[in-house]
Amino acid sequence: MAHLSASAVKQIEEIIARYKDERTPLMMILSDIQNEYGYIPLDVQELISEKTGIPVAEIYGVVTFYSFFSLKPKGKYVIGVCLGTACYVKGSQQVIDKFSEILNIKPGETSEDGLFTLDALRCIGACGIAPAITINGKVYPKVAVSQVPGIVEEYRKLGGAN
Amino acid sequence: MIKCEKELQAKIASCTADLDAKFKGANGKRSIIVCGGTGCLSSDSAAIIEEFEKQIKERGLEDKVSVNKVGCFGFCSQGPFVKIFPEDTLYRTVSVKDVTEIMEKDIMNNEVVEKLLYVDPRTGEKVQKQEDIEFYKKQLRIALHGCGTIDPEKIDEALGDGAYQGIMRALHMTQQEVIDEVLKAGLRGRGGGGFPTGRKWQFALNQQSEEKYVVCNGDEGDPGAFMDRSILEGNPLAVIEGMMIAGYAIGAQNGYFYVRAEYPIAVNRLRAAIKQARELGLLGKNILGTDFSFDVHIRLGAGAFVCGEETALLNSIEGKRGMPRPRPPFPAVKGLWNKPSIINNVETYACVPYILRNGAENFAKYGTEKSKGTKVFALGGKVNNVGLVEIPMGTTLRELIYEIGGGIPDGKKFKAIQTGGPSGGCLTEKDLDTEIDFDNLVALGSMMGSGGAIVMDEDNCMVDVAKFYMEFIYDESCGKCSPCRIGTKRMLEILEKITDGKGTMEDLAELEELAEHVKSNSLCGLGQTAANPIVSTMKQFRDEYIAHIVDKKCPAKICKNLMEYYIEPDKCKKCSLCARQCPVNAISGVVGKEPYVIDQSKCIKCGMCVSSCKFGAIIKR
Repeated sequence: MAHLSASAVKQIEEIIARYKDERTPLMMILSDIQNEYGYIPLDVQELISEKTGIPVAEIYGVVTFYSFFSLKPKGKYVIGVCLGTACYVKGSQQVIDKFSEILNIKPGETSEDGLFTLDALRCIGACGIAPAITINGKVYPKVAVSQVPGIVEEYRKLGGAN
Repeated sequence: MIKCEKELQAKIASCTADLDAKFKGANGKRSIIVCGGTGCLSSDSAAIIEEFEKQIKERGLEDKVSVNKVGCFGFCSQGPFVKIFPEDTLYRTVSVKDVTEIMEKDIMNNEVVEKLLYVDPRTGEKVQKQEDIEFYKKQLRIALHGCGTIDPEKIDEALGDGAYQGIMRALHMTQQEVIDEVLKAGLRGRGGGGFPTGRKWQFALNQQSEEKYVVCNGDEGDPGAFMDRSILEGNPLAVIEGMMIAGYAIGAQNGYFYVRAEYPIAVNRLRAAIKQARELGLLGKNILGTDFSFDVHIRLGAGAFVCGEETALLNSIEGKRGMPRPRPPFPAVKGLWNKPSIINNVETYACVPYILRNGAENFAKYGTEKSKGTKVFALGGKVNNVGLVEIPMGTTLRELIYEIGGGIPDGKKFKAIQTGGPSGGCLTEKDLDTEIDFDNLVALGSMMGSGGAIVMDEDNCMVDVAKFYMEFIYDESCGKCSPCRIGTKRMLEILEKITDGKGTMEDLAELEELAEHVKSNSLCGLGQTAANPIVSTMKQFRDEYIAHIVDKKCPAKICKNLMEYYIEPDKCKKCSLCARQCPVNAISGVVGKEPYVIDQSKCIKCGMCVSSCKFGAIIKR
């Protein structure tokens, strides 16, 4: 547990305690940790194992099975650019390239300040408003390359990496 | 707390009167409802509600006008919707800036805002009432009851709209009588397979166990299907009531919702409904003073399509990898935590209160001989009216596409309708007069599935469509059994080979053989149906496969390696716009002097040039 700070240990214990009366609460614990910390690293899995008695191998198996759980940290703001067909033909490749250039990260990566993760998405079903992007679930319709710097700036101002 | 049926009856009577007054405009009151479904919310319907609230306050109309959000209206391509009562005027594609006009004209001066009315595209006439719009005429809302009329976060509105009358009736019946009623109604599972719901319940009732569970499958994963989300967002209490009736029928005390984490609004509204029902004593111990106790719990998915398979879903609730279990034993015998359990999907449970409230015969009077009631479809793709539609079983595909859906846009020709998502298949022109029901769709090589209905026109490549679904299934295969894990990968590779122009006729034979193996040897429904899109497109559109393989041409000009963009020299005005738009500088020419030409070796076929050209000089060939 060398890498986890005392406060992190306390918070994770608190999450585990939330579900002490639930049967088989592993998914709920993992969802909360993913939502609150942005990822579920191995030392956190070890801590969960210690507190719940579930073997680490099993926890690791579950974490790696579901696409919502991540072993690596995600940024505070997850920018998803739809590269579905409708968006692609309307220039979403240029949109994601612009994000890449400004944030200096490739799709799938997280910026060094921990603020942004850039994801390439398959169709998000928003073909009528292509090209579409989502930032932490909020859908932005008809995004032009020229809007990209402004959008990034807006979130930089909100700022505050955890 | 409501302690007995009499108290609930009194509560329902007052809620019904309130709701009635709201719609009929008692005491000169007006009410405004705004669509709060996911689609309309992303078009800012929340801001529209806020603006109405602000203006009502500023104008001092709080006592005269109310504004509420409601669930999905279904006609998503025309959203956001605003409806005004008591006149029942429907406004569509409303934006925040229209609010002032609606307030000043309609609310203050009883004058309809003409420009926001729906225009019938065939007649050009404006339509004021929802029921007069062609899209709604053939629809019948049973599963979607309450969606688009009541506020999903106010239990009083649900109670005023019929909620809990089904469970009240059920509590006067024996468990067997409830199951018989569901059997008599002919309700079949709306999640895809169409298994008779009452029979599933009977198996679970027959099991002797102190502990049984009712599970609601809300892991709606088919790309293009969103009816379960809309029901949970629009009338969550109906689904809870359906689960309660099921719980009473089989002798369970607990129900579990398994909902996709991708549906945050649905989850929040469900939580709100559960909280309010508990506060009123309508969930919990000794409901209405009877011996029946029932509570529900929510579990969230974490982004795995296979968890829509019932045994994988159970594993996921149990905190395991979402991999399917071999059956038998079936969940009715050994389900959640190895106890007898029933699993039905959201739409199925939403039909149950209607059946108990109105009687089996009033459900069974709709539909075909073997498929009773209605089915909700998410109509999408190349069709004018994109949205959610609920139609009686037995409606024809032609009615669905041309009357409700308003036909194909831009005068294009209909090619196919894909039903059943990644497990289904394509139906063509010759199938259009078929009455939609579970068995007819299967007989035609497709299936009902959860109700996705994607219309395709002449611009869609069917090999590409098969590849799209195979990519999806390959991505989502859990990997437990090798026929599915390896088979889907091999089938995808062959399809990629064909769409790249490298396919051979032997590949077609191999695809057919693989499809058969994967179908007969996979462990769960995901693998068993994985090849359906291939089998069905190969049967209906074999000529397209052959065109890709033999002629090295994609007839719909979709497959990028088998088509090219071409600038017609005599149409080119030499304006250079396309060259400036090209992301890879593949277009060259001289402004005003020489027509522009695309360098095919550089072209990435993104199509930017086509949309930039104002003269239609760039074509696919």
